[in-house]
Amino acid sequence: MNIWQKYVIPHSIEEAIHFLTSAPGPARPIGGGTDLLLEIQQGHHPPVHTLVDVTRIPDLLRLEEVGAHLFIGAAVPVRVITESPLVRYHATAVAEACGLIGGPQVRNTATLGGNVAHALPAADGMISLFAFDTQVEIANDGGRRLQPIHTLFKGPGQSALDLSSEIIVGFYLPLRQSGQSSAFSRVMRPQGVALPILNMAVWMERDDRVIHDIHIAIGPSGPVPFRATRVEHELIGHPPDSISLQRAKEAIHQSIQFRSSAMRAGAAYRHHLSEVLLEEVIGKAWQRAFELEAV
Amino acid sequence: MSDPNLITLTVNGRTYQLPEVPGEMLADLLRYRLKLTGTKVACGEAECGACTVILNGEPVLSCSFPAAKADGADILTIEGLSDLHKTPTADGQLIPLHPLQQSFIEYGAVQCGFCIPGQIMTSYALLERNPDPSEEDIKYALKDTLCRCAGYPSIIGAIKAAAFTLKTGQPLPHPPIDPSNHAGRVVGRIQPRPDAIAKVTGKAIYTDDIQFENMLHARVKRAGVPSGILRKLNIEKARKLPGVVAVLTAKDIPGEKNHGLVIPDWPIMVGIDEQIRTVGDALAIVAAETRQIASKALDLIEVEIEPLPVIDHPVKAIQDDAIRIHKNGNLLKHIKVRKGDVEEGFAQADVVLEHTYHTPMHDHAFMEPECSIARLTPEGRMEIYVGSQIPYSDRNQVARALGVPEEQVRIIGQLIGGGFGGKEDIAGQIHAALLARATGRPVKLLFDRQESLIVHPKRHATQIRVKVGAKKDGTLTAVETELFGDTGAYASLGEKVLTRATTHSSGPYEIPNVKADCYAMYTNNPPAGAFRGFGVMQSAFAIESMMDTLAEVLHMDPVELRKKNALKVGSITNTGQVLRESVGLMECIERVEAEMNRLSGGNPFIPKPVEGAPHRLRAWGFAVGYKNTGLGGGAPDKAGAEVELRRDGTFQVRSSSAELGQGLPTVLQLIAAEELNQNPRQIDVLLMDTDLTPDGGPTTASRQTFVTGNAVRHAARALRQLLTSELAERYDVPPQEIRFIEGLAQVNGKQVSLSHLAEQMLESGRQPLASYTYWAPATRPLGQGGDMHFAFSFAAQAAEVEVNTLTGEVNVLRLIIANDVGTAINPLGLRGQIEGGAIMGIGHALTENFIVEQGRVITDRLARYRMPSITLTPEIIPIVVEHPVTEGPFGAKGVGEIVLIPTIPAITNAIYHAVGVRFDRIPVDQEKILLTLKERSGNY
Ligand SMILES: Cc1cc2nc3c(=O)[nH]c(=O)nc-3n(C[C@H](O)[C@H](O)[C@H](O)COP(=O)(O)OP(=O)(O)OC[C@H]3O[C@@H](n4cnc5c(N)ncnc54)[C@H](O)[C@@H]3O)c2cc1C
Ligand code: FES
Ligand code: FES
Repeated sequence: MNIWQKYVIPHSIEEAIHFLTSAPGPARPIGGGTDLLLEIQQGHHPPVHTLVDVTRIPDLLRLEEVGAHLFIGAAVPVRVITESPLVRYHATAVAEACGLIGGPQVRNTATLGGNVAHALPAADGMISLFAFDTQVEIANDGGRRLQPIHTLFKGPGQSALDLSSEIIVGFYLPLRQSGQSSAFSRVMRPQGVALPILNMAVWMERDDRVIHDIHIAIGPSGPVPFRATRVEHELIGHPPDSISLQRAKEAIHQSIQFRSSAMRAGAAYRHHLSEVLLEEVIGKAWQRAFELEAV
Repeated sequence: MSDPNLITLTVNGRTYQLPEVPGEMLADLLRYRLKLTGTKVACGEAECGACTVILNGEPVLSCSFPAAKADGADILTIEGLSDLHKTPTADGQLIPLHPLQQSFIEYGAVQCGFCIPGQIMTSYALLERNPDPSEEDIKYALKDTLCRCAGYPSIIGAIKAAAFTLKTGQPLPHPPIDPSNHAGRVVGRIQPRPDAIAKVTGKAIYTDDIQFENMLHARVKRAGVPSGILRKLNIEKARKLPGVVAVLTAKDIPGEKNHGLVIPDWPIMVGIDEQIRTVGDALAIVAAETRQIASKALDLIEVEIEPLPVIDHPVKAIQDDAIRIHKNGNLLKHIKVRKGDVEEGFAQADVVLEHTYHTPMHDHAFMEPECSIARLTPEGRMEIYVGSQIPYSDRNQVARALGVPEEQVRIIGQLIGGGFGGKEDIAGQIHAALLARATGRPVKLLFDRQESLIVHPKRHATQIRVKVGAKKDGTLTAVETELFGDTGAYASLGEKVLTRATTHSSGPYEIPNVKADCYAMYTNNPPAGAFRGFGVMQSAFAIESMMDTLAEVLHMDPVELRKKNALKVGSITNTGQVLRESVGLMECIERVEAEMNRLSGGNPFIPKPVEGAPHRLRAWGFAVGYKNTGLGGGAPDKAGAEVELRRDGTFQVRSSSAELGQGLPTVLQLIAAEELNQNPRQIDVLLMDTDLTPDGGPTTASRQTFVTGNAVRHAARALRQLLTSELAERYDVPPQEIRFIEGLAQVNGKQVSLSHLAEQMLESGRQPLASYTYWAPATRPLGQGGDMHFAFSFAAQAAEVEVNTLTGEVNVLRLIIANDVGTAINPLGLRGQIEGGAIMGIGHALTENFIVEQGRVITDRLARYRMPSITLTPEIIPIVVEHPVTEGPFGAKGVGEIVLIPTIPAITNAIYHAVGVRFDRIPVDQEKILLTLKERSGNY
């Protein structure tokens, strides 16, 4: 009946992996616990014997530039991410998304590692990372490896990681170059579960008058998150004018099958909102790309 | 962690080392092990912020924060806050409270108090980072720190005031609240609550804060299915679990097997081969050494239930072939109102309209979950510690279940962390008593939020058909309504609630011909009972929506239409009552109209786009309402009160009436202070103890200010007379020469201290005590004409909304609220009631929907049942209208419920004016707005 039998706080990755793999019962990494503890408590997660707290491992708490990348440690509280000038500059969409998770108290403990590992198709932080060519650093007893973010998902709420022996160390996002920018937005419903009806993140490279390159991620758009490449395709090489936006919207309707979910929204509503959000995030990113120096 | 099994942490400057307990959250460690019970747990699911503490400088939710994770941390709780900072006063003194604590008191932000530690700690964290927050900053920071009493505007004001004081070192700025127009020496003036200091320092004790030695923890095995027959129940495994002390079932009940406020139709536990009528039905109860063990025992109880069809809607319940939920069938009551001849009325009408409206169940979502502690005294009496709205009814029901005389039971009422009608029925009182009796040990039964959401009675879901007839000039000729009310599995107060719904279903209008029929139906849904607004919220939504539609059809201004038909002095209500006085409806309408015209710059009902954002449209909506004060309908409505002069020269007022946060102690304190010519601080108010306080009757129907207020007024007056004649005799002076001033009596120019007087009287064997039982004016049952109620409160409201036509999202920007309250005895408390009622109204209109599918509760977590947060707080413009009632104490009548009633239709009417989408059910569905707009523009 207890939510856990053992709660351990390792101070290194190796120690954490050791705790995970040597526990006498089921073990899981835990970040802020804002998803995991409630799920166990409410019986939506099989019982866990050992919780391995990853929030005091120095490597997972780093938030810094590493070569050509911005590194965001998996256990950095999302409040710190939101407020970080580095993230606000290099990955504005991630800062925006993290600022929308929960309230201030939740943001003080929730982590991006948990948001991604939890694998919900509309998690705000996760969708924002999707818009970047994010590489995820993962550790297990075989060592560390990098994997592109889109390889981390098996199904709604199901991570492709083996959470009984692996942990996410952090996320590598390319540093922002001149002409590049990003944006995130979502629409909520005031009733019911605290997940967005729809959210959207965009990363863009602007070439004076046209969109040179663009990444778009929309949640929830399927059992696992994916990039809306057909929509991106309609925009690359064009200015974000009403003609190309219209083509992009049509590409959304053709390539994405939004679902109706009983308590959140019907598919038709989601399709409509996707148009509204698309205009909003592209508009914001387009402006920001221009204001690079000013940010 | 140096020693893996020890947690080291510093709390409020003190360092503790404690053994680690598997599964323990920080809140439990603080509350139960360190006895720092100021930190509250309201949801346990990271939704509400009540449990906020500051950990290493940042606010975190201690209910969902593993205690082990706090190893090495520095923690600040509400108990430590006043050590950090004091509040300067104008005369250079220091109040020993942090400016946030003091400002929450002075601004009236403290109501039931349960959320307040969390509010203050979250605000503290905000001010630490941002010493000068804007309103937007405050809303962002307090987004997930919920207050169901919803004094959000006061909370915002209090935080700004504290920020000012912290920054400047100056005293707190005064809150912008006016005294009553009929203010006396103290009545009608600003008076902080007597219990506010305890509530802002974390010292206020609610039931779960009490721990007795040797106390057991109870849990209840619930049916989990909405309809069936209990065939088997095996408790052997549970009984054998180490740590389990008792497992009881229906056959262990020594007395009556059912409870119920009006009809005893609710099984304390369902017995073998008996019927299960709702998911929350109790099958067995467990007492164990810890809550964890008790919970585990529940899983070991084996249950076999033969399922029966589920009746999930009142219209299904009335069908001839529906299974019977109770022996006498599914109709609890057919309620009828008849006035004139509606057929004739419709024949005279130029326009006849008809439409059907729906309202869902709502949950009170009081922040404090139900908790009862039962304890046998050495003499064998049963004591129950509980926050209850009707202590004497609890006593009666517990005694019957135990099969003992009422005198053998004492209800010791505790502070209530919000009630709103949801703490009138029995929750855990009887179960805890049965277990205490069986084990001989104190037993605590605390509901978790999920249990609270599933078990206690809700607001009635309704289906209301309204048919109106009117002349071209707007004069109503007839109104016919047909209501179906879902009272769920048990009667609770269903008949009374739906009677109010029915009698108020044609609105506060004078109509010659009225016909109303209501079918109060049993279903397999959770029971429905009392909830602020008491049925009138539902019917007001229907009739006020219809009135707006009628105005449109008649090409009339919606306000004009209401004025044309409004009740006034001399009007006859639809139940045949002549209103002889105190009908402030027209003044409410006119003042709201004037303010609305001023704020909107004319044409409030025409949509206006926001500058620079033409997709956002704004418009106003208007609605009125009325609500009875007191039980009415022929029910004897009385309250007892005592006032005593104590040896120390202070007074004590005693009544069993309940304080749920609405401010009753202040009201009673002010009334007694006025009568006795004392400073309110000299007057202590003791409530809710069936041994020590006389029966104040139920705290419901906005009746306490009127009924108990009058009882206290008369008792205080009687005591004054008693003291006067005592002094007159002693000092041999005529009574008219005797005056009372603070702490003293003046006898012929000589001063006699009141403590001296008390001593003298007690020595000569006389009690300086007066008691009084006040009987409210008699009322008559529905159907007999005459006065069905002794007073009504009236209200008008206007809401300004903004609709985003790209997403369908709705925002309430401003609310103008006028209430006729008779006399505003306690203006600070009144402000809290207005803010809280209005925001609850916004919640009902926009966020709240208690969803039950096939009898199963879908919204069984706060994460799914959304109450409004501070982010939804509009600008509230309160207008206090005072048409005193002769019989009311200082002219006052009820206020607790009326505020909520017009808010909902005012909002939905405003949405219609903004975008032309009419809602005939709540909550407002933004998806529907959007899809309707799209359909209309033809591009979908
Ligand atoms: C009130 C409230 C509001 C919320 N609002 C939002 C919202 O608006 N948007 C949103 O997206 N989410 C929201 N959430 C969900 C939640 O806060 C986020 O998903 C959060 O980012 C999860 O992080 P965590 O550290 O708490 O994860 P945890 O609960 O600790 O873990 C979640 C999962 O990830 C695993 N895990 C955690 N860290 C690691 C790691 N480093 N490596 C591998 N696996 C790991 C755990 O084993 C678990 O399976 C809300 C939650 C609450 C309680
Ligand atoms: S009690 Fe912790 S958030 Fe509600
Ligand atoms: S005062 Fe906030 S919940 Fe009652």
